[in-house]
Amino acid sequence: MTLLAAEGVTKRLPEGVTLVSDISMSVEGGEFVAITGPSGSGKSSLLYLLGLLDRPTSGRVLLQGEDTARLPPPALAALRLARLGFVFQFHFLLPEFSALDNVLIPIRRRGVLKPDAAQARAMSLLAALGLADAAQKLPEQLSGGMRQRVAIARALANDPLLLLADEPTGNLDTKNAAAVFDIFAQLAAEEGRAVLVVTHDADLAQRATRRIHLVDGRIVSDERDSSPTRGP
Amino acid sequence: MRLILDIARGMLSRRRRQTLVSVLGVALGVAFFIAIASLMRGFQTYFVQQVIDVQPHIVIKDETRRPLPQAAELALPDGAVSVNGVKPRDRIRGIRSAGEKLAILEAIPGAAAAPILTGPALLRYGSRDVTITVTGIEPARYRRVANLEKDMIHGSLEELRQAANGLIIGSGLALRLGVEMGDTVIAVSPRGVSLQMKIVGIFHTGLVSLDQSAGYALLKVNQVLQDRPNVVNQILLRLADVTRAEPLAREIEARFGDRTESWEEQNRNILTVFVIQNAIMYSVTGAILLVAAFGIYNIISTVVFEKTRDIAILKSLGFTEGDIQRLFLVQGIIAGLLGALLGCIIGQVMIEGLAQIRFNTETPAGNDRFLLARDWRIFAVASVFAVASAAIAAVIPARRASRLDPVQIVRGAA
Repeated sequence: MTLLAAEGVTKRLPEGVTLVSDISMSVEGGEFVAITGPSGSGKSSLLYLLGLLDRPTSGRVLLQGEDTARLPPPALAALRLARLGFVFQFHFLLPEFSALDNVLIPIRRRGVLKPDAAQARAMSLLAALGLADAAQKLPEQLSGGMRQRVAIARALANDPLLLLADEPTGNLDTKNAAAVFDIFAQLAAEEGRAVLVVTHDADLAQRATRRIHLVDGRIVSDERDSSPTRGP
Repeated sequence: MRLILDIARGMLSRRRRQTLVSVLGVALGVAFFIAIASLMRGFQTYFVQQVIDVQPHIVIKDETRRPLPQAAELALPDGAVSVNGVKPRDRIRGIRSAGEKLAILEAIPGAAAAPILTGPALLRYGSRDVTITVTGIEPARYRRVANLEKDMIHGSLEELRQAANGLIIGSGLALRLGVEMGDTVIAVSPRGVSLQMKIVGIFHTGLVSLDQSAGYALLKVNQVLQDRPNVVNQILLRLADVTRAEPLAREIEARFGDRTESWEEQNRNILTVFVIQNAIMYSVTGAILLVAAFGIYNIISTVVFEKTRDIAILKSLGFTEGDIQRLFLVQGIIAGLLGALLGCIIGQVMIEGLAQIRFNTETPAGNDRFLLARDWRIFAVASVFAVASAAIAAVIPARRASRLDPVQIVRGAA
């Protein structure tokens, strides 16, 4: 099914600069989409619009068919909490909290799971990303690759339908970057989940099942792997 | 909410030293407020207690609040009459039909009444002259409205009755005249009456004005001395319940027409000073707390500035503007609470410290230390004030934090 759809989405800054221009696209469950393009092509802006962090100047974004254009900010926040997960270039872990507590923040904010179950879920997420031993460590005690994996675990905390990543490997070496992309590929393979990654690294983009190329805020190419290994 | 609290605590703990400084600011404000309020309240309570203890609660005087109307005005109430240059009628001053009034007053439950006559006299002993005010009393009744007996250092009220013309004087007066118990002085009144009086008692209240220029004699004796037979010029009342003094005084005045003053009215000037004192205290400590509030504003602003990335990520994770606002408001309140708690402790220590101080001077009641009120309400007021001002100080940066746009921050950090 269509998880996410953009219809004529345009983002213009008050100063008149157009970041994203009339983009229409849709993302299905199980897709691993890489958004590429040169600097200033609007790929990050598009990701923020699709991730409901920003509102388009015109056009609309539909999440599972629901129009988000008219939703008030708290409703958007609730959607982000329950259905979306973000990973940024910088890990943005809260420095005062252990890896485990960082992963627990979105789970606790949502408040669906009981404390024990929340703890167990966070631990299993960290374990799945190979961080079981680092759970009690503070971010400053972790390596860059580990921090980014903690950030991924946090993005997955509430089992989102859609994982959005903005240059997630920008601060990582090749080995760690490849590992992160492997994780994304694996996550996209899980039932119903879609992964959207903004990157300027063409090699890494090749690991995705679909590549959208942006230039000057417009989609110039949108290619899918001819024989997707998994998913619809 | 637990989560918000946890995050707030984490953020504050990162800026431990700054947080400590702003908490100390609040604490000092609270502590000073507590110490000063305790001092002032202690003194004021003591003073009021002293007044209630020493002075009669209600004094009925032989005057009226407004001059008595002239006969012409009474005869022609609506006429265009104006009487100027009236010479006071030479009437006998004093409370009229005092005996009947006394009976009525004594019938009031919880009230004791005593008639007195006060008047000036010149005391002469050897070559020394001192002008004093002689109060004529009936010991049995006077005892119920005043605590003169408590202050007697020699003799007693009863001895007024036993001597022919007994006189009790203050210690300072005794010193000035150079008289001792049993000596005889000559008292001369403005009406020219002169009596030989025997010193039968000496009192010491600690109030210089009283000790140096007051004397007590029997009512009858003073009536002779003042040449005002059977005249009473004041009736003193003492009540079991002092809070009734003012309404009762109004009632009595309305009924008798004589000017009647409660202890509150008699001490109004000092009670007004207390109000001003309190206003000064509140503004000084308010200023300290204001400075402390700026400290809190500063630390919360710094945290907001430093934590823009955390704010951005929390928002992208699905925290609402309200969540972010609460997050920083809570930090202000935590700082305020810590400050209030620490301030209460420091305040208590300051009170105990002040309580240790001893003065060398002899104050009215023979006190040599600060009079301190130890009232939990002072602590409560200070704490509530501190936490409220801390919360208000945190509102502005908290609102700013909640309005940060995560997109701009994420972009800037990338």
